[in-house]
Amino acid sequence: MEDVSLVASDTEDVTSRILCREKQMAMLYSLMGEPSQPTCPSVFIYGHGATGKTLVVSTLLKAASLPHAFVNCIECQTSRQLLDSILDQVANHKPHPENNYSSLNRCENMNTFVRLLKKTIEERGIENQTVYIVLDKAERLRNMDGNLLPAFLNLSQLSGCNVCVFLLSQIVWEKFLFGFGSNHFEPFIIHFPDYTKSELLEIIASDCPKGYSAEFYSSYVNLLMSIFYMVCRDLNEIRHLAQLNFPKYVEPITKGEASEKDSHKLWRHIEPHLKKALQTVYLREVTSEQWEKYQRDEISQTGQSSILPSSSRTQIELPFYSKYLLIAAYLASYNPARYDRRFFSKNSGKVKKSAVNRKKETSHQLLGPRAFPLDRLMAIFYSIVDSRVAPTANIFSQISSLVTLQLLAQVGHEDQLDTPKYKCTVSLEFIRSIARTVSFDVIRYLYDFVK
Amino acid sequence: MSHLQEAFRKTFPAIMPKRNCRREPLGGSTIDRVQSILRRRVCRIEVPPKDIIEENLKEQRQHLVDLINRCAVRGESNSAIVTGPHGSGKTMLVSSVLREIESNPKVSKNLLIIRLNGLLQTDDKIAIQEITRQLQLDNVVGDKVFGSFAENLAFLLEALKRGSDTAQSVLFILEEFDLFAHHKNQTLLYNLFDICQSAQTPIAVIGVTRRLDVVELLEKRVKSRFSHRHIHVFNSLAFPAYKEVCKRVLTLPAEVGDAKFVKRWNQDIEALCSNATVHDVLKKTYQLDKSICRLQSLLLLPICKVTEDHPAIEAVDLVESSKHLGADSKAAMLHGISVLQLALVIAMKHLTDLYEGDPFNFEMLYNEYLKFVQRKAHVVQSFEKPVVLKAFEHLVSLEIVKPVDGHGSRTQKEYRAMSLLVTSAQLMDVLNTYPGCPSELKHWASNPLPS
Repeated sequence: MEDVSLVASDTEDVTSRILCREKQMAMLYSLMGEPSQPTCPSVFIYGHGATGKTLVVSTLLKAASLPHAFVNCIECQTSRQLLDSILDQVANHKPHPENNYSSLNRCENMNTFVRLLKKTIEERGIENQTVYIVLDKAERLRNMDGNLLPAFLNLSQLSGCNVCVFLLSQIVWEKFLFGFGSNHFEPFIIHFPDYTKSELLEIIASDCPKGYSAEFYSSYVNLLMSIFYMVCRDLNEIRHLAQLNFPKYVEPITKGEASEKDSHKLWRHIEPHLKKALQTVYLREVTSEQWEKYQRDEISQTGQSSILPSSSRTQIELPFYSKYLLIAAYLASYNPARYDRRFFSKNSGKVKKSAVNRKKETSHQLLGPRAFPLDRLMAIFYSIVDSRVAPTANIFSQISSLVTLQLLAQVGHEDQLDTPKYKCTVSLEFIRSIARTVSFDVIRYLYDFVK
Repeated sequence: MSHLQEAFRKTFPAIMPKRNCRREPLGGSTIDRVQSILRRRVCRIEVPPKDIIEENLKEQRQHLVDLINRCAVRGESNSAIVTGPHGSGKTMLVSSVLREIESNPKVSKNLLIIRLNGLLQTDDKIAIQEITRQLQLDNVVGDKVFGSFAENLAFLLEALKRGSDTAQSVLFILEEFDLFAHHKNQTLLYNLFDICQSAQTPIAVIGVTRRLDVVELLEKRVKSRFSHRHIHVFNSLAFPAYKEVCKRVLTLPAEVGDAKFVKRWNQDIEALCSNATVHDVLKKTYQLDKSICRLQSLLLLPICKVTEDHPAIEAVDLVESSKHLGADSKAAMLHGISVLQLALVIAMKHLTDLYEGDPFNFEMLYNEYLKFVQRKAHVVQSFEKPVVLKAFEHLVSLEIVKPVDGHGSRTQKEYRAMSLLVTSAQLMDVLNTYPGCPSELKHWASNPLPS
């Protein structure tokens, strides 16, 4: 979202720059009316991320030069920061190095705020105009002081000034209800619907870089969406991916191997690259800068495969005994204790036929790891390690380092020094890759796969 | 602002259509006045005149006026609580009574009015500061430090007595009275009612609250000092009276200026209210919520749409407004999620049915998703686990899925117990309206796979 700051004379230019939101802008505009007319006390705007809520509201207010205050509730941890910021903006006061970045007023609670708001409006001489207060990410207000949200919803009646409060959020209004039964003053609710596929194309096609035609860029974005649209409809994400991968897409054109018309060839060139992007850049496991570098290397050295910095999740180097300790911890977490004898003792003996009268259990893999005491871990460890290992401090300190690496988690109170309990927090794929490095078949020892 | 209006109409001719008006467009100022008047009525700023309130609330109004008169003229201390559901006109009643009091010189010269609100004064300390400020005794109090609340209040009332020759009565109006009952020890309430009972200074205390059982919230010592005088404001409008109110809200008074326009407008409103479609819309709204508050929200949008090109309210405006008020917000949000997220929601619904309401975790959800994808591998595209996890986390941030144990849990995020906040009926609605919904998903939603 660009911050569109402009002068009132550019209104036509600006309002036409926002695409596909005409209906919502018209509704907002008709609600606002003339500055001297009162508006409904509060308006609640909700919709998915990147649907243009903040953009439309801030553009409309700036374009019409209406007195307003814009605060993002994520930035305010305490109510004082929120209220001070609103008062500063209504008074047109900006914290500067000259005034030591201080606020104009000190406002601890809502009572002072209402009084100072009235005073500030009178000082600025805008009593006959509607003052707009916009609170972005309004769901955070629910976690602040309990009286803040009801007071904002009714601010015009409480303060006696011509004030309208806009609340913008991704969460629906029903989740804001509080108190016993009937809610306080209901705001006017506006929904910003998600963009349809064609609207998304229209908006992204406007970023077409120079030197290429708009239809070419549109067809590229269409191809991109065929891979990503099923997973994600967020405008910001798709726009970012489109910009990031465009150099790779036009690589055959810049090298002279193809022209704009050979869409089939270009598609075959980009498809594996986009699939890889789905697993790395989309998940933010690789930064965009690394991705761009990887692309440039690939482009400059065709023939050599360049190394993509893959996620750090799968690569971890542990000492030899640590690997066995981790495997033992995994087995202890996911196997029920009563089956240990069957798996780990040298002469397992017969398996008793117990009456199976319990209902079908969910696989332990799905329920999550369970806690086990240290002794059980050491017992399993000794049985799976081939060589004789003495229980030195070296081995135990490796367990502590596994906890620091967050591969194991300590469960229960830290004061329990004689029987500490742990839990293994790695996934099955991870443990299999570790086990492969020491040639240990972990599946054979897991209850869920053997029974 | 007219240049903005022009700019808007030039850019968005489709949204602001020139409807087929049978009359010629008017000068801007008449419409401005019309809008101002109507908005003031609908945004709850204007207090209706006495005779309109007396139609339904004659006794209550008379009771309050008597109470206050007796306090001001004869020095009788009194207390009363005005109760009624949300939107039934309590604040309107109190404002109207105050207006009458202030216009009567015999009463108003002896009476000081203090208005407190439970939403703003959340603490007794803030309350006493506000009382001091409203009594304009800031300089008298100065920097004195008082031991207790009672001392402070007694000092203030003494100062009042000293200040003027005649005895001054004080009227306290406490809005959101039930919030005052949540203060520590209910000191403010106790002291006010105590002064009421003991004949120090004649004060009248009027509480306004939404809770009918507010007296149960009071402590025993406070309850015993309260006079148990209740003034009930109930909304007892029958449907014909409701329609009358609607007509009256929209009827213009003669002060608008243009007499011909006013006459035509009022005739149109008569015709509108006898229209069958409008009758249905009003009946539906009335059956949902009898309060005038809801009627005002219904009329807001049609009033805001009155412009120079469209100087009338039509039945279709009211229908649209009613549809807007009744929109299902969760379905609207679900409309914008991606196909992968929709598949996850269907999987969650099946899991909830299978486990009869017990919470599930992400691993179980992923397992269910994999079962579906493997069965339909030829048609449905499958995604890797991290991509599915990202989609799932987005659903959690939209509060469509919620963790059962709150924020403080320390289990890994894949294993945290979650529950789905969407009902089967909502899901079916979404599947019917979802753009481009794959038919396999629809089929899966109604026929869960055998496990």
